[in-house]
Amino acid sequence: MEELSNLGHGFAVALTLPNLGFMLIGIVLGVLIGVLPGLGGANGVAILLPLTFSMNPTSAIIMLSCIYWGALFGGAITSILFNIPGEPWSVATTFDGFPMAQQGRAAQALTAAFTSSFVGALFAVLLITFLAPILARFALKFGPAEFFAVQLLTFCSFVGMSKEPPAKIIAAMMLGFALAAVGMDSVTGQLRMTYGVTELLKGFDFLIAVIGLFGIGEILLTMEEGLAFKGKSAKISPKVVLQTWKELPRHWKTFLRSTAIGCWMGITPGGATPASFMSYGMARRFAKDPQAFGKGEIQGVVAPETAAHAAGTAALLPMLTLGIPGSPTAAVLLGGLLIWGLQPGPMLFIEQKDFVWGLIASMYLGNIVGLLVVLTTVPWWAAILRIPFAVIAPVIIVICAIGAYTVHSSMFDVVMMLVFGVLGYLFKKLKYPLAPLVLALVLGDMAEASFRQAMLLSQGSLAIFWSNALVGSITALALLMLAWPLASHLRQMLRAREPGGVEQLR
Amino acid sequence: MNDGDHKAADVTVRWPEVGVAALLLLIAGLVIADSLRVGIGWADDGPRSGYFPFYIGLMLAGTSAWTLVGQLLRWRRTTAVFADRGQLAMVLAVLWPMVLYVGLIAGLGIYAASAMLITYFMRRHGRYGWAPTAGVALGVPLFFFLVFERWFLVPLPKGPLERLLGF
Repeated sequence: MEELSNLGHGFAVALTLPNLGFMLIGIVLGVLIGVLPGLGGANGVAILLPLTFSMNPTSAIIMLSCIYWGALFGGAITSILFNIPGEPWSVATTFDGFPMAQQGRAAQALTAAFTSSFVGALFAVLLITFLAPILARFALKFGPAEFFAVQLLTFCSFVGMSKEPPAKIIAAMMLGFALAAVGMDSVTGQLRMTYGVTELLKGFDFLIAVIGLFGIGEILLTMEEGLAFKGKSAKISPKVVLQTWKELPRHWKTFLRSTAIGCWMGITPGGATPASFMSYGMARRFAKDPQAFGKGEIQGVVAPETAAHAAGTAALLPMLTLGIPGSPTAAVLLGGLLIWGLQPGPMLFIEQKDFVWGLIASMYLGNIVGLLVVLTTVPWWAAILRIPFAVIAPVIIVICAIGAYTVHSSMFDVVMMLVFGVLGYLFKKLKYPLAPLVLALVLGDMAEASFRQAMLLSQGSLAIFWSNALVGSITALALLMLAWPLASHLRQMLRAREPGGVEQLR
Repeated sequence: MNDGDHKAADVTVRWPEVGVAALLLLIAGLVIADSLRVGIGWADDGPRSGYFPFYIGLMLAGTSAWTLVGQLLRWRRTTAVFADRGQLAMVLAVLWPMVLYVGLIAGLGIYAASAMLITYFMRRHGRYGWAPTAGVALGVPLFFFLVFERWFLVPLPKGPLERLLGF
């Protein structure tokens, strides 16, 4: 087993004292980010990215990915204790987590949430360990046409799998591609869409977009609610942890199902949020007593948390092997890799073995460290949440501004952050999805380059996307995904035409 | 959902929906126009710079026009609420200080501007006394100063105050 020896080597890389230290810092920062409104995995990593430019890439990615694990763990705390989802993927956790806290079972709910997060992540990392090298070897055969087809599949699956109106998904995506195209064309050196503004020469940086869209946008959204934190306090005693652990294996079916949903949604860029909802729905459908859900059923906590964490972790699989991130946070990590001069994709597994396997090993360790950290420190995080929003909000705005400025040391970026913030608020309110925008902004140059290379090979004929079985089937799958909402829309229209049909609600 | 007689204090999604779609349409226009300028066809060495963005612009134009026209057609039937006026007032009460803050960073540097932002929030939204306000408003920028300028050696925007203190 080559993977196991590689993994062993990876552990040797990750288990050095400084790297363990970075892991711990990352987890703690991540939980903090996950707990605070307005800061999340994506913009948290984006803000901290510039600080890691001087570190060695392996340590840096270990720390940044641990921030991501921490944020995934942290979202559960606010959902259960305060009924406020710190992250979109923990919305489903509030359904049963908060009722449990109200009934005085907060400790059980938290233990269940953290443990299921851990289990979900563990399975996803196992999947990455054994599947990633195979996928990378397979992807080595890819030419530009195949790469573009995979990217097409990524973007089409957004349309096929999200609940937002398809026109808005595509519009958000195209806005991302358009913004990515601004500045110098990397192939011909031609300037485009700058309209004479010198600040636009280097284009729109996705880090700024992420900080604005998710950070400032989230603050504006939170402000709307006026926000009164009325939380339950929680103390986790070892006894409750052990009791809950004894109870959890009974729900092994929920674990398995949720992990499968999570891994699938993470690899295809459905993302952690739909995965958590889908998994919650499935758990309720298959439960012996569906009526108990929503009233403090422990499975209602297990299912979404397992799926969200599995999806969040599995999102790194396509990022590492194909250079296509499965979630906005994975997209930011990908951007980090590019800045450190590492080209994600199949070659990474050959040229940067230390880096890849160190990262994979750190996923195992990071999740173990994360589980221990959150189980022992919950009361402190709950205390942080009691700091009123009037204090937290300006501090988060300051952090976002600093984060935006440090990317290029440019004031223009801070202004753009604000613009993206307002855009993020409007998009959220009008149900434009943000993830495709960010992914398109990150992948825009790559997608364009592979498309143009493919066109060069075929002298401008789109037939190249059907030129062999591999690229043909990927393209066909992509188009199927794209047509999916159209088909269901047609079905709905036909039904609505019938007399007395369902009036269309929106 | 409610059947049209929603509260007068609610702002429906109509105008925001139209505004955002129109903005996207405008951006699409800019993309298409500039793609045409740099060329959307082929040169001797392959596709020109406008080749790819042109179609992006077309798709953006198509989808935002779809949303725009759809909203206009459903104008009277639209009852979905964007936010109520109280909520919008809250959002604006945060947005304007933010805009001002970004403006102040350019003039005063980030540390002084941050202290002012925190003071405003704590006094105006939190109704804190001067003592706790001063503690947070001075402590947080000082903390960031130490982290960035001292430990990570990342210079942040500074203004007259910092120059006065000799940085």
